Amino acid sequence: MMAASVGGVSGYLGSLMLSKRMALSAGPLGHLTLPGIALAFLYGFDVSLGAFPFVILGIIFIWLFHMRTKLPMEALTAIVFATGVAITFMFLPEEKTVSALIGDISQISPSATAITVILCFIIFLSTRNIFSKMILASISEDLAKVEGIDVRKDNLVYLGCIALTVAFGVRIVGALLTAALVAIPACASRNLSTNLNQFSYGAMALGSLASIVGVVVFWLTGMAPGPMIIMASTSFFLISMAFVR
Amino acid sequence: MAVDILRVKNLNVELDGLEIIKDLTFEVKEKEVLIILGPNGAGKTTLLRTLLGFLPYRGEIWWGTRNIGYLPPQELIQRRDLPPLSIEEFFKFKRVPLVQIQKTMVLVGLDSSLLRRRYGTFSTGQFQRLLIAWALVDEPSVLLFDEPTSGIDIGGQETIYSLLHKLWKERSLTILLVTHDLNIVWEHANNVLCLNKLNVCYGKPKAVLTPENLEKIYGTGLKYYEHTHE
Repeated sequence: MMAASVGGVSGYLGSLMLSKRMALSAGPLGHLTLPGIALAFLYGFDVSLGAFPFVILGIIFIWLFHMRTKLPMEALTAIVFATGVAITFMFLPEEKTVSALIGDISQISPSATAITVILCFIIFLSTRNIFSKMILASISEDLAKVEGIDVRKDNLVYLGCIALTVAFGVRIVGALLTAALVAIPACASRNLSTNLNQFSYGAMALGSLASIVGVVVFWLTGMAPGPMIIMASTSFFLISMAFVR
Repeated sequence: MAVDILRVKNLNVELDGLEIIKDLTFEVKEKEVLIILGPNGAGKTTLLRTLLGFLPYRGEIWWGTRNIGYLPPQELIQRRDLPPLSIEEFFKFKRVPLVQIQKTMVLVGLDSSLLRRRYGTFSTGQFQRLLIAWALVDEPSVLLFDEPTSGIDIGGQETIYSLLHKLWKERSLTILLVTHDLNIVWEHANNVLCLNKLNVCYGKPKAVLTPENLEKIYGTGLKYYEHTHE
């Protein structure tokens, strides 16, 4: 249930990120969570609780560096996330390396599942609220402003949704595969859709389905669920290529 | 007696330390067509964006209505590299009933069956009509157009201006329109505001579009011929 919720909301948000050509940014953001994940393993608290503040901290550092140096954002993102990864491996317990990199949903409490599902629903509602406004702002920021859209506020909500989604995503697919959780269902849905509703809800359905399939394969074979979720997602994408519209 | 719908007094706009508009004062009455004329870089787009509240300014801007529609130049509107978006979904960003959308499409000469088409698959002329429909669909009382015929051929330009003239008459609109085209001023304007960073002239076209003022707006090298029907 947790995997389906996280997969679904990742796909939905991924459709908006793909529209804004930001789908790959979930990758570096996933890496930024590693120090928080390491701390969560060391001190025995929830991985998502560790991940979220480090994503926010990473975004703040990237923004501060950009304000100071005016260097391109992707270069600064590379500096911040690479440094985060390096710091992580100074204190991450070796036996937890695989879980940190590719996720582990095998030991999750019912309460953690319930909280995650509720928060995923909140992320979905927040993203749905800003979705059309952000697409209009992509077409023309001036047209959006004339319609009374507060582009800055919506961008802030958007970044908050990304940070939360990444924090939940790293739990099921780990820091290495978060970008795929967000991007691949959106790409598959893009191939199959002719309008925005089909695209966004299609991505949500495919993301959810891929997570369910990945977890089922894990139950049946014992193979790590994170990579299985991504392989399911990739399979859907490959199939969608036969039906591009 | 016609009522003021816009009053601008001593407007100054500075961007990145550069003075773009200096001490601009003018008024627009209801149902008037004001053409804003000037060369590239004169501050015309900056003026429209300032009137809409997008840019900081010094001076006074008073609007008699909040119901304002705006159309930026077509080249500033993204048409490619967008998600699959139908025309109907594009109009639904405005939250108006489908019936109103269909009526407005027909008003601008587009078939309402085009609502099912993908955004970005129109010709330049059709796309401009679509944008005009988008600006009109929630029935604004004032329309601000920034170069509505840029990128369109001469035949298409005449069609667009005829359409705007028809809409102005049918809907009793107030229109502020930015253009380079002097012909449009003579054919359609009640008043003209000439900009070249400063307010070069403002008033009735016949009174203010003198050779001297045109030279101030566009610089030297301009030839002016008056064609009289006698």
